[in-house]
Amino acid sequence: MKLRTYILRRLLLLIPVIMGVLVLVFIISYIIPADPARAWAGPQAREAQVEALRERYHLNDPVYMQIYYYLSKLILHFDLGVSVTSGRPVLTDLQAFFPATFELAIFAFILAIAIGIPLGVVSALRRNKPTDHFSRFVALGGVSTPLFWSALLMQLLFYYKLGWFPAIGRLTVDIERHTGFLLLDSLLNGNMAALGDTAKHLVLPVVTLAFYSMGYLVRITRASMLEVLESEYVTTAKSKGLPRRIVIYRHALKNAIVPPLTLLGMSFGRLLGGTVLLETIFAWPGMGRYAAGAIVQVDLPAIVGFTLVAAIVMILSNLVVDILYCIIDPRVRIGGRAR
Amino acid sequence: MRLVERLPFGSRYRLFKRRLHPITKEFGLTLYVLRKSKLAVLGALVISIFLFLALFGAKLAPYDPIGVDIANRFITPCAEHPFGTDKMGRDVLSRMMSGAQYSVRAGLVVLAISLPVGVILGGIAGMYGGWVDETIMRVTDVFLAFPSLILAMAFSAALGPSLFNAMMALSVVWWPYYTRLIRGQALSVRETSYVEAARSRGASNWHIMIRHILPNCFSAVLVTLTLDMGLIVIATAALSFLGFGAQPPTPEWGRMVSDGRIYLMQAWWVTVFPGMAIAFTVLGFNLLGDGIRDALDPKLRRLTEVE
Repeated sequence: MKLRTYILRRLLLLIPVIMGVLVLVFIISYIIPADPARAWAGPQAREAQVEALRERYHLNDPVYMQIYYYLSKLILHFDLGVSVTSGRPVLTDLQAFFPATFELAIFAFILAIAIGIPLGVVSALRRNKPTDHFSRFVALGGVSTPLFWSALLMQLLFYYKLGWFPAIGRLTVDIERHTGFLLLDSLLNGNMAALGDTAKHLVLPVVTLAFYSMGYLVRITRASMLEVLESEYVTTAKSKGLPRRIVIYRHALKNAIVPPLTLLGMSFGRLLGGTVLLETIFAWPGMGRYAAGAIVQVDLPAIVGFTLVAAIVMILSNLVVDILYCIIDPRVRIGGRAR
Repeated sequence: MRLVERLPFGSRYRLFKRRLHPITKEFGLTLYVLRKSKLAVLGALVISIFLFLALFGAKLAPYDPIGVDIANRFITPCAEHPFGTDKMGRDVLSRMMSGAQYSVRAGLVVLAISLPVGVILGGIAGMYGGWVDETIMRVTDVFLAFPSLILAMAFSAALGPSLFNAMMALSVVWWPYYTRLIRGQALSVRETSYVEAARSRGASNWHIMIRHILPNCFSAVLVTLTLDMGLIVIATAALSFLGFGAQPPTPEWGRMVSDGRIYLMQAWWVTVFPGMAIAFTVLGFNLLGDGIRDALDPKLRRLTEVE
């Protein structure tokens, strides 16, 4: 199968999964014992107002009709509905909050890879040496520490006690925005002070999130590297007299990288889930905090919009990983099983 | 110390080596290797403390974990209150001791619901294949397409925030992982020659499932369960932290962290110690889980250093 056909097929597979996600979310909204319309209208609202809200959001209709209305708006107008709490279209809201989350997630992702994979490799190469014990300790710490707690510890230490980094928000003085990505925006404005300020604000949340996703990465890289190092072709390469560096990077690492890659594809979703906790703690104006707020307020259009975006991001990141497989490992046939 | 090719059955083992059922023998071997791993033993120790506190912590707690004592609020850790007191003057240590039960309960309930569902669905999917498999796996795909924490949040918000509903929400999120795991195992076992032999003898699907597939899943499930216990403890605490799980004044650990959060600057101990309890518990499950995995891995087992 050609790569293009494969990607197309995978993208088509998005449709049933998204349909499933929609059905699931609407079922959840249907089993809510409380009356969302009453919650939105507020305690003082008259019955007529509540009824009007119900009509407007099709709450009186059965679930399948609600899904139908939602889908027809989505497909015909690319409209995700209007958020009940903010009063703005959900799409506008998500566009406004997405850059903040993306900035956070991508830096944490890069940091986790840049530290996690080398640490796992070194750990495997120096098995049962102090370096190995150290990195296993770090990895276990990352896996075992609750994200919300380590975030608070970071705030306690680096903000309250040492005062090195700010604890909340994305920047101190607002700047003119072009893209919503503040690092980029401050560069575009030529505002170096804002650039430094943004970077400083990023440090604590990014490090916390990276530490959290790094743990699994180190563990799986180490395990996979150990397995490959024991295989016969590595022994052959060694006995041919190849330099150690070449054996490790050319022969071992190339094969050992596949399981960590799979994990990375899946962990992007974990990262998104993690941002809910992290953005709440660091008062980070991103999608995670938006979603948490929407869930508390039973803001159905916002919840559905966010879950759709989250599901699409997760599926796409898995797709990217699958494509990377074929680039790294020629034995992986697209659309088939590895031999 | 020497490296051995096969495990020497120690004298104690040889006593009852004679005619053991293979499963019993396997179990004995695993336990034997497990005992050699210091980290696994440490993990088991931490878990024992955790389970002990879950059973007796509430009775052993020196102070009332719920009663308000405003006169003694925010006492720094001292001899009387080793972990200090919180905003209501409640002893943090006593609250932590009585809080262990909620985490244990959550872990056990979530596993008790999601594992059977996963085993049954995964077994059916792997065994029958075809459209049954396709349907079940597409449904799990939908569940796995969500970030699990967010799905759990949505469910517990829909059901109304309480610890019980948080457990239900987590169960709903958890079963697809087991379905996938069991299906994968079932698919690989289904192709083995001994299953083919059983089939040619006229064994039913049901028989093959019970006698061949499930026993083969046992080790993978055991490792996953141990590691997942830790993950569920964290997830429950995270839900409570966000306000979707245990409600005040319940001394649930995640809830305690969230209660202390506003007072982080003036009273760090209210937040730091309960979080530490979560971290240590999860660490215990991770250490034991890793130990079990290593003990079950024949390759590593061969390399285990024994005296």
